Amino acid sequence: MKSLAWLVAAGLFMGVGAAQARDNIEIVGSSTVYPFSTTVAENYAKKTGNPAPKVESTGTGGGMKLFCSGAGVDTPDISNASRRIKESELETCKKNGINPVEVKVGYDGIAIANAKEAPTFTITRKELFLALAKEVPQEDGTLAPNKFTTWNEIDAKLPATKIEVLGPPPTSGTRDAFVEMVMHVGCKEFAWVKDLEKTDEKKFKAICESIREDGHYVEAGENDNLIVQKLQSNKDALGIFGFSFLDQNSDKVKGANVDGVEISFDSIAAGQYPVSRPLYMYVKKEHVGTVKGIEDFLAEFTSDAAWGDEGYLTDKGMIPMPTEERAKFAADAKALTALSGL
Amino acid sequence: MTNLTPPATSATTEKVKLGLQKRYSREKRFRWYGIISIVVSLFFLIVLLADITYKALPAFTHHYIQLDIDFNAEKLGISAQSTPEQLRRADYSILVNDALIKQFPNVTGRQEKRALKNIVSSNAPYRLQAMVLENPSLLGTKQAIWFLSNDDSDIYYKDGNERLKPYETQWLDTLKAEGRVDNRFNSTLFTNGDSREPEQAGILSALVGSFFTIALTLSLSFPIGLAAAIYLEEFSPKNNFWVDLIEVNINNLAAVPSIVFGLLGLAVFIQFFGVPRSTPLVGSLVLTLITLPTIIIASRAAIKSVPPSIREAALGLGASKVQTVFHHVVPLAMPGVLTGTIIGMAHALGETAPLLMIGMVAFIIDVPSNLTDPAAVLPVQIYLWADSPERAFVAKTSAAILILLVFLVCMNLLAVILRKRFERRW
Repeated sequence: MKSLAWLVAAGLFMGVGAAQARDNIEIVGSSTVYPFSTTVAENYAKKTGNPAPKVESTGTGGGMKLFCSGAGVDTPDISNASRRIKESELETCKKNGINPVEVKVGYDGIAIANAKEAPTFTITRKELFLALAKEVPQEDGTLAPNKFTTWNEIDAKLPATKIEVLGPPPTSGTRDAFVEMVMHVGCKEFAWVKDLEKTDEKKFKAICESIREDGHYVEAGENDNLIVQKLQSNKDALGIFGFSFLDQNSDKVKGANVDGVEISFDSIAAGQYPVSRPLYMYVKKEHVGTVKGIEDFLAEFTSDAAWGDEGYLTDKGMIPMPTEERAKFAADAKALTALSGL
Repeated sequence: MTNLTPPATSATTEKVKLGLQKRYSREKRFRWYGIISIVVSLFFLIVLLADITYKALPAFTHHYIQLDIDFNAEKLGISAQSTPEQLRRADYSILVNDALIKQFPNVTGRQEKRALKNIVSSNAPYRLQAMVLENPSLLGTKQAIWFLSNDDSDIYYKDGNERLKPYETQWLDTLKAEGRVDNRFNSTLFTNGDSREPEQAGILSALVGSFFTIALTLSLSFPIGLAAAIYLEEFSPKNNFWVDLIEVNINNLAAVPSIVFGLLGLAVFIQFFGVPRSTPLVGSLVLTLITLPTIIIASRAAIKSVPPSIREAALGLGASKVQTVFHHVVPLAMPGVLTGTIIGMAHALGETAPLLMIGMVAFIIDVPSNLTDPAAVLPVQIYLWADSPERAFVAKTSAAILILLVFLVCMNLLAVILRKRFERRW
């Protein structure tokens, strides 16, 4: 028992000692960027022989909070984000003496998909909004509870099947992106709601961001694989998930045609597919030189072998940026140009 | 003769006799209920295990592809005299590509060439790099080397893969016809850490992480829990307000959601004491807090159930209070204490929610070598794999669940053996 106590005490001291110096990079942030970040981490470790970076999937907001909490070595070096850094986050960062370097890494598409055997869905964002909104705006400027139960009630050209959409819960970044890129756009089709955005933003958000809770939208959890499985067994349902899952399961599910554009690697890369978002990573400039290997990691990430048109990240489902944009961000990463403002 | 039997007794006997049949059948029925519930739970257990095992089976084997590699020193721009750093920097993917092109000379077009490269795992060049670093005299020779196949190729060989294009399946069929494909035991699963490539992903870093975490949790929570239980049961003043307060709190703590302990760990251990994130050290500190109430409650019950005659006999023979407790009461209570510890440890082994807060839900490639290296644990590995888009991770997830179950069974077996040794009748 006595020796055990010593062992424990020794362990604690070792722990406190180790907090001072660190030779592995620490990365936190978005679960959407996680697969890409980990792939680069792995290749970086193999190429340089340095210890492999530790990548935590905390979600964009959680990652930013950790990243901006201080400049000491006990804070993460890189934060991944599936949206741009917020004004408030940048302020916190600067207040704590951190000047983040912004690197856009690529694009991600959000697929609206159904089973391979079912007919392809051709849908607009307005129709999606009408199908999923909690309350539907009327032409006379009032709101009515959403009464649509089958797709053809919204538009006669849509199938006569029950509206059933499997999607992520509110905690997910995919949900945020879906709300922003589909629901917002769809509800702005109503002129009076669009005007509301400037006059009463709170009400605008309440109308555009509330998703119905009467069983037509099913929160399927954070696990996108589960949604794919459920789509296979339920041919009438639609699912919402990241493009990489569609890409990996292209023999089981297929993407819907949104606003006249079919989801594909090329249509996202060309910026035609409407439901796609940029992905970022933020690098703590203050740690370069203190924590070993950050520059090498950035060089690996921004190399053509990784994020290029035919780089290994495209195999993982990331959509590369156009060449000029890549060149700009690669130069920023190399020179460690800090983000001055949004 | 009839009037010898008192009428009252006869009536009672009649009554008992009448009720007897009912009582027998009630007992029978109850036995059946018991058997049925055991059968039902066994059935579900078997279904669950069979499902997991069936899904996990493909993960335990993997297809290897043989390629003829020409270690052309000129193409690599190095020689046997080069420094290790130069050997490391060379681009070995050229060798793999050349071997593949030699195998399929008719492949033209960028798309096809790119697909051809993806037949074998992306670690093939690194494999060659390691071989050359170890033995530079390989340069200039030709070798037939078995490479891990890519996850898509492996799935095709196992049960067909509709994601592959016709020309890709044709290559794979050709390789198979030439005897260049072999299905082997997947040792990578047990010797590698996590990876984004399903064929290179292994469980070792999580297994070692779990081992460290559980070992430290046990060595912290067992002595603390037992000491607390002994004090509360044997030494603490009875009917004392503070003791009662502590008792109520311990019982309440057992029901607190584990995520709360995670938040506590983040605030106290990481932010206040500066224990490094994502390490088995901080993980086990948090898990200790979670398991302590279980161990204390079970230990107290076990100590209480030791007959007072044992204590009185020891005290009567002149043993001190401490001697009585440590020589007689604790050894007799040990089986019960161990039962509580098993339950607590099994709980700790399967926990993920609190670990999320302290950064243990992370991608870890390197196998941790001490308590302060970043580490993941088995349930976290299962969670991460279940969340990965690549198809091959489905089998890997089930395999990881099986490994977790085996780990749990081993742990419990050890505890049961220990308990048997301590068990004594009186």
